[in-house]
Amino acid sequence: MQLTNRSKQVSNKEMTLAEKMYLPAVIGGLAITIRHFFRKKPTIQYPEVKKYLGPIYRGHHILKRDEQGRERCTACGLCAVACPAEAISMVAAERKKGEESLYREEKYAAVYEINMLRCIFCGLCEEACPKQAVYLRHDQMVPVFQERDEVIYGKDKLVEKMDDRYIRANNSEVKTTPTEPSLTRAAT
Amino acid sequence: MDLTILLVKGIIILAIFAITLGIAAYSTYAERKVAAFLQDRIGPNRAGPFGLLQPLADAGKMFFKEDFIPAQASKWLFILGPCLAMLTALMSSAVIPFGDTIKFGNYAIPVQAIEINIGVLYIFGVVSLGVYGVMVGGWASNNKFSLLGAIRAASQNISYEIALGLSLIAILMMSGSLSLKAIIDEQATFFEWNIFTQPLGFIIFLTCSFAECNRTPFDLPECETELVGGYHTEYSSMKLGFYLFAEYINMFVSSAFISALYFGGFHYPFMNEVGQALEKSLGTITGHNVATALGVIVYFGKIFFFIFFYMWVRWTLPRFRYDQLMNLGWKTFIPLAILNVVLTGAGLLYNFKYATWLIAIVMIVLAVTSTARAPKRDIIPQQS
Repeated sequence: MQLTNRSKQVSNKEMTLAEKMYLPAVIGGLAITIRHFFRKKPTIQYPEVKKYLGPIYRGHHILKRDEQGRERCTACGLCAVACPAEAISMVAAERKKGEESLYREEKYAAVYEINMLRCIFCGLCEEACPKQAVYLRHDQMVPVFQERDEVIYGKDKLVEKMDDRYIRANNSEVKTTPTEPSLTRAAT
Repeated sequence: MDLTILLVKGIIILAIFAITLGIAAYSTYAERKVAAFLQDRIGPNRAGPFGLLQPLADAGKMFFKEDFIPAQASKWLFILGPCLAMLTALMSSAVIPFGDTIKFGNYAIPVQAIEINIGVLYIFGVVSLGVYGVMVGGWASNNKFSLLGAIRAASQNISYEIALGLSLIAILMMSGSLSLKAIIDEQATFFEWNIFTQPLGFIIFLTCSFAECNRTPFDLPECETELVGGYHTEYSSMKLGFYLFAEYINMFVSSAFISALYFGGFHYPFMNEVGQALEKSLGTITGHNVATALGVIVYFGKIFFFIFFYMWVRWTLPRFRYDQLMNLGWKTFIPLAILNVVLTGAGLLYNFKYATWLIAIVMIVLAVTSTARAPKRDIIPQQS
């Protein structure tokens, strides 16, 4: 099977004198490498310049709220079941009177934790969630951590802020640094 | 010997020493940068502007790493190895004339650490000692892979040194002197540069100096895939640094040597006219010194080109197989070098300097005819 049209037939034939002299081949090789010397470099200077990774990139987790600011999660545990790395754990609680503006359903997650050392960013939690509460942001990576007690992300780090709502914009015009919050900040 | 001459000599020696070390340090940076550019990358650019402080950072790292000596190693030889490599590398730049003379009052002092009339012989002596550094290091490590690397280095250096010396003999015959200054002065006019009179000798010399410097495609002593690392497998921190540093110094010295022998050293076309014009406008002494400085700059340009060439080749050619290396050295270069010597001699008899072009022409004709007569490679479509 031919995989590329650049493959060459290997041959065992005797080299001609010109080939045995090496020099023509050496000069040809030098010509090829010097052409690369002047070529434009495709390198992206990473921390300063960031590339748009596409709308389906799986980055930082987020627990969504709905339009009225109520948490969508009902602590059903399907994400934890779906998680192959067993990174998600949660404690469910019942909504009390007067908390209707905080939680959408009668049950909610009092504690919701993701162990970022275990998470493999497979996105199965996102798929498993029936309430569309868990998402992996396409525009933000989990920041680097130095301490081991920083790696368990609780609700304080996961639940989205109402003034900086996350929408998965499929905006093909966005080419650079989508990690800047201004590019994905929701209009609503 | 006057005190003034002694003083100026001392300054020149120190300057050459400092320049050698500086160039070797920045060769490591240049190597990485050139490698990156040839491979469509950018290379070091974080330490300082354009990554220019990278050699300092590397040196700092080298000094603070753990200096490990294996328990079964021969301790003193283990320390002696890198010292020898460094020592021989630094010694060889002493006889290279970096420029014409500096006029200083009544004195005319050559820009050269020591002017001796056996300069070429001195360099060869020192360079052939250089292999001891590698050999001792590989042996003292008490590691079979290191020893194999050292053996490969030793046999490679010995076999290529013969061809190196023989290709040089033709030049010595033409200039009639072993002094590097005399060899350079003999190439005063552009078309008498040895590259034009000795094209074959130049190719042999260049290839052999690649082998002498252990640079690709002749870097068999160090080879991660076969030898875990080569003769310096057991070395760490600054001892390894010395070995690698010595390699870069050797590269600098051999670039200087090649430019001196084949590319006219500090000479450049219309040098006399420029020199006369400068002396007319600036006065005899200042003009002469400025002209000398110009020559030094030209010489360093040539040296930098050859250092770049070393790197260019390194990122182009793959390593030779060991039997190919030996075949090339013994069966090709030594006979060719001898033929070169004979033809140069014949040319000198009839007062014709360009006699060795005959070999080049014959080789080109042979190559073309062999390619024309070779059976065409029939292309079999690949089976699906």
